[in-house]
Amino acid sequence: MQRRVVITGLGPITGFGVGIAPLWEAMVEGRSAIRRIEQFDPDGFECRIAAELRPDDFDVRKVVPRNHRKATKVMCRDTALAVGGAAAALADAGLNGADGDAAEPVIEPGRMGCHIGAGLICAEVNELCAALWTSRDDNGDVDLQHWGHTGMTNLTPLWLLKYLPNMLACHVTIIHDCRGPSNTITCCEASSGLSIGESMRVIQRDAADACLSGGAESKVNLMSMLRQTAAGRLAPTPADQDPATVVRPFDPDATGTVTGEGGGIIVVEAAEIAERRGAEVYAEITGMAATQSFCPDTVGLDLDPAGVEIADAMLLAMKQAGVGPDDIDAVVPLGSSIPSVDRAEAAAIKRVLGGRSAQVPLITTIPNTGNCNAGAGTVAVAVAANAIKTQTLPARLNTGPVEGLDAAACPSRPAELNHVLVSQTSQGGQNVAMVLQREGIE
Amino acid sequence: MTPRVVVTGMGWITPLGHDLETVWAKLVNGESGVKPIDRFDASTFPTPYAAQVRDYDYRQYVTDPKVHEHAAMNTQFGLGAARQAWDQSCLGSYGELDLRRVGIYIGAGEGVLDFDAYAKVAMKSWDPDKAAVDAPEWARQAAVTMSRWGEIGQEPNMPMSHIAREFGIRGPAYNCLTACAASTQAIGEAVDILRRGDADVMISGGTHTMIHVLGVTGFIRLTALSRQEGDCTKASRPFDRGRGGFVMGEGAGMVILETLEHARKRGATPLAEISGYGSSADAFRITDMHPQGLGPAAAISEALNQAGLDPHALGPDGRPLVHYISAHGTGTKENDSVETLAIKKVFGENAPKIPISSIKSMMGHLIAAAGAVELIACVLAIRNSTLPPTVNLDLPDPELDLDYIPNNARHAEIEVCLSDSFGFGGQNDTLVIQKLV
Repeated sequence: MQRRVVITGLGPITGFGVGIAPLWEAMVEGRSAIRRIEQFDPDGFECRIAAELRPDDFDVRKVVPRNHRKATKVMCRDTALAVGGAAAALADAGLNGADGDAAEPVIEPGRMGCHIGAGLICAEVNELCAALWTSRDDNGDVDLQHWGHTGMTNLTPLWLLKYLPNMLACHVTIIHDCRGPSNTITCCEASSGLSIGESMRVIQRDAADACLSGGAESKVNLMSMLRQTAAGRLAPTPADQDPATVVRPFDPDATGTVTGEGGGIIVVEAAEIAERRGAEVYAEITGMAATQSFCPDTVGLDLDPAGVEIADAMLLAMKQAGVGPDDIDAVVPLGSSIPSVDRAEAAAIKRVLGGRSAQVPLITTIPNTGNCNAGAGTVAVAVAANAIKTQTLPARLNTGPVEGLDAAACPSRPAELNHVLVSQTSQGGQNVAMVLQREGIE
Repeated sequence: MTPRVVVTGMGWITPLGHDLETVWAKLVNGESGVKPIDRFDASTFPTPYAAQVRDYDYRQYVTDPKVHEHAAMNTQFGLGAARQAWDQSCLGSYGELDLRRVGIYIGAGEGVLDFDAYAKVAMKSWDPDKAAVDAPEWARQAAVTMSRWGEIGQEPNMPMSHIAREFGIRGPAYNCLTACAASTQAIGEAVDILRRGDADVMISGGTHTMIHVLGVTGFIRLTALSRQEGDCTKASRPFDRGRGGFVMGEGAGMVILETLEHARKRGATPLAEISGYGSSADAFRITDMHPQGLGPAAAISEALNQAGLDPHALGPDGRPLVHYISAHGTGTKENDSVETLAIKKVFGENAPKIPISSIKSMMGHLIAAAGAVELIACVLAIRNSTLPPTVNLDLPDPELDLDYIPNNARHAEIEVCLSDSFGFGGQNDTLVIQKLV
């Protein structure tokens, strides 16, 4: 018989701060962390807002053990976010945390895996430009011959290591001594979901007992803002519009997404291990499936509006979980507010839920936390898991009435949530779906 | 019972050539693909050479080049390798192929940053007084200088999206990027997806190039690259006493994996079986491998365990059960020492009896794609009963006392191979490749 896999710790990291408590409070109260960008002057971009994690809310040096403090200097922002999330998730799960003295390690280091999704990490522009500036020639261009013998020495020796996508997992595995299977999945918004799914498979095939799993990203930097603008993902922000009202998933008037910093880590664990150590369980992951969409433009900026493969992933995950459309109590889609992605997701939800699509509430997170990209799925899963645990639907923001979907803005309310379907779809057309099931139900 | 997984197609685009047989012949001859870098002016770089893919045009490998007109270089390599693998597998002519049951799991690196445009924007917007760029000015300059498709094409999932589009794939789709271990890890996880029954066929492998200004710069600053002067074909010298770092390569390796049952049902010819996969993390340091090689040893042990192979046993022919190890063998002081220790730790007294080589001595280090081309070399070694050499192994290192197949290929009946890949940052992966019996 296959091992059951449960979620025992949540460590989301979002514009609201570190951990599930500040995120959940904001989700229930219907607050948004989206504001004008503060990390740089955003006036050169059409979209000048984001959900940023403020220095007061997170300092990575405070969450790493003393012997890893020096290594924070070679962490890029994305890595710091993952490190913060991991510490929060382990503490929430009651497992050995960063200080190492919270408890005896319950899970052998070799049986602890780590799967953290990451994005295309950009070198910090000022750091690189300061070095390039030393090699400029008389015309103001960079002289490669000067760069080759002298200029490049202005870059710190570990410069490259700072920006490798696998550094999120590397720092986390070092800090928490996770020596089991470790992977870094890089599929834009599907990265977190695919990573959590891979943790589930690794535990099921008995290669690990538990995994730190999730993803993190910050696209609040010049290069990433440029790329998102080039890809037509971001909503332009008129000066007179309240930033908190810009993201409107599934609304016919949606104009694009807004980026958010974060994602985080969750603890995924074999059910029998969790039971043995008396851990509190948020939910069981009973099904997971991944598919690739047909992308008319090849690169997956435009998705096939029928959303067939997004629906396929949901249906496969539901089949694995042994549930049908009547069993689904809520759906957490990507809900990015990017019109072409919204269209495909809406069609997929209708295809899967059939006549019930207007009755099954959607849970949207991006109006609150922004689109955390490689971390988006972790926010979605954390919110879904806590909704199940608290039997509460969070509030929804901004969206007006939508034909055939329960997506419009509404306050939080209690609800019976036995099965929640989480679905994420990426720039590039990768899809992942998961079924989370309430503990103790058949 | 766990389904068996076999390789039914292979393809590669490498610095030694663009098809299986040409490249294999060069590997057996011990030829090097390393030459001075000519893609940008690297003349003053401490390492001005690399193994570049040359004279390659991806358009001959795709059905409609217009569909891929924005493909970045890594995507172009990946498309060519995937096409060769797809054609060899004959999946294209299998009428009952269900594309929803065909997935893709590759280890592709990020695309190439347009350095010239980046530098132009940087110089025009830099404010020396503030030691920072003027952000609004940077954004305005970038918008007119950088290419829209060039920027979008750098996402690491782009090679996968293009390959999926080319072959109509609708099944599970993943890209992983665990530095130098990526494509070995991708193949291992693709095997797991097939074993679980989540797909019938997987395209797997990797593609990468870091032969660009900032890629070469980054590895030079890490002191990871060989700086040997003189004949650059001698610069990559894994396991040699004079080794001083790796030489960068680039390219792609792709394989078609399917369950043995699916391959037999459609009458395909299995080329080899992948019978074991092990994955571990060092959890040691950002910059160094664990000095005793605990992580690599754990990955090798797990892969052998999965394949049901006892590292200490001898077969009826008196040989250890593993007949060849395709080493990670980068040619850095550290890797080759630690890898040797790990092999000894796992195989004990059997370690000196197992031939080991590193084809990175000839085609350089393909980074994320390295594991995939090395797996293909293992399959060809089995088929041809020939082991590729480690070239430039002229001065044995007294501490490295295993059989590294120095300089000359060797004839041997090969039924079981191991392929190792260890990533910067401590992710380790090993595959067991077996002759199908």
